[in-house]
Amino acid sequence: MLSTDIPPPLDVDPARRIFGLETEFGLHLDTGAARPVTPEEVAGHLFHSVVQWGRSSNVFLPNASRLYIDVGAHPEYATAECDTLTDLIAYDKAGERIVHDLVAGGEERLRAAGVEGTIHLYKNNTDSAGNSYGCHENYLVRRRADFKAFASALLPFLVTRQIVAGAGTITRTPSGAHYSFSPRADHMWEGLSSATTRSRPMINTRDEPHANAELYRRMHVIVGDSTMAEPTTLLKVGATDLILRLMEARVVLPELTLAREMQAIRDVAHDLSGKATVELADGRRLTAVEVQQQYIDLVRSHLGGVIAPTEEVDRILDLWQRGVDAVRTQDFSGVETELDWAIKHRLVMRYRERLGCDLDDARLARLELAFHDVSPERGVFSRLQDQGLARRIVSEADIQRAMTVAPQTTRARLRGAFVTRALESGRDFTVDWVHLKIAGSSGTTVLLKDPFRTEDARVDALLDALNPA
Amino acid sequence: MAQLNAQGQPYEDDAPEPEAPAPAAATASTDALDDLLAEIDGSLQVNAEQFVRSFVQKGGQ
Repeated sequence: MLSTDIPPPLDVDPARRIFGLETEFGLHLDTGAARPVTPEEVAGHLFHSVVQWGRSSNVFLPNASRLYIDVGAHPEYATAECDTLTDLIAYDKAGERIVHDLVAGGEERLRAAGVEGTIHLYKNNTDSAGNSYGCHENYLVRRRADFKAFASALLPFLVTRQIVAGAGTITRTPSGAHYSFSPRADHMWEGLSSATTRSRPMINTRDEPHANAELYRRMHVIVGDSTMAEPTTLLKVGATDLILRLMEARVVLPELTLAREMQAIRDVAHDLSGKATVELADGRRLTAVEVQQQYIDLVRSHLGGVIAPTEEVDRILDLWQRGVDAVRTQDFSGVETELDWAIKHRLVMRYRERLGCDLDDARLARLELAFHDVSPERGVFSRLQDQGLARRIVSEADIQRAMTVAPQTTRARLRGAFVTRALESGRDFTVDWVHLKIAGSSGTTVLLKDPFRTEDARVDALLDALNPA
Repeated sequence: MAQLNAQGQPYEDDAPEPEAPAPAAATASTDALDDLLAEIDGSLQVNAEQFVRSFVQKGGQ
């Protein structure tokens, strides 16, 4: 039985947006065990404690985020709905801690099963054989009839965004190795599609808003790299949000339609010099620097109009410009503590100097994995942060709180309260992005269609029902 | 539960101010990076090739 007293949708300021990040982690067992151990077996041990309390390896957490094992035995964490970028960064970082907290228990269970080894979880996008997994960005947008054209218009921005938001990687080829902007770029097969695993598009157009479908759609961007540095995540999501805001205000974007998106994304990725050009549909050839500069200039021209000036917008524009300038001038020092590709480039090149080796040396590949290792002890990124070599945006306290407490300014508040109370009560329950239900009772299913609503009498009633009388 | 970001307040105020780089920052961070690499060098060198090769997983989405 579905509750019928659904409150009307809230009237929301167009500048407010719901964001979410989904991260698939690389799962690696380092072991000398004689028998082969599959990633599925490792994932099973890793999630044993989750299944114990959640009765499933696919759960929603008290912080309202989702944790599960995805295709290919990848642990995946999807942040709760956030309506600020700082919240989004805190919940994304909290996810790294949450999956890391499973490692010790997983290693212990493997040991009990006769396998001595170390489990590594990588927030990266490729394994050593070149298989890819993703970091998906979600932007709630207002529904419109021309969604496909709307999504297509974002592609020139997304194809070239990697020169500032890319994670950077050593690319190995038969003729040697070079450093590229994005590990994900080579795995993109088309611009738009409603499928994700068979055909990997830059934007997934499956119509699944997880919200009132008359009002909203979800822009599901799957071309981006997983990012370690908080300022990179701010820029990746923040710049995309700014472009979406202009598009939603019906601002006409510069005509930058690409002739061949798949060729363009690869050409940009593999040219750290920034000199490679992409061909536009109208025959012009521009560099990624020139394309990104047009977007920066466009946003600047609408500051105070469509885009309300805030400190955060200034911060995004400042980093965006410095990122583009770094590529244009080939002096990366201006962003080497803020943008993933530059932070890692500096680290890798310095280690290479130290070793006096070629770029395809296995020790540099080993360093790359260590960079993405989410472990506070084994991971190199957290060491860089501690040394001030990678800047932060949110505080340690924000991340700690985000591990257990839901965002308070979106629907996540309701889900977080329900999951927390239901776990305390010991009652079985079912929950997803839009539904809450106490199981085993004749109780109602509460449908939460408005992702901006933080108060709901129906949820209060559910919480009361979970309270011991 | 406490409000993470009270509505209507510029939440950037809660974030630490970006630090202005000190004059000697470049040298200092160069040293810090070298120190860090010196520290992790030993563990990175052990069976690096085998370690990297053993990380193979099916693709995700």
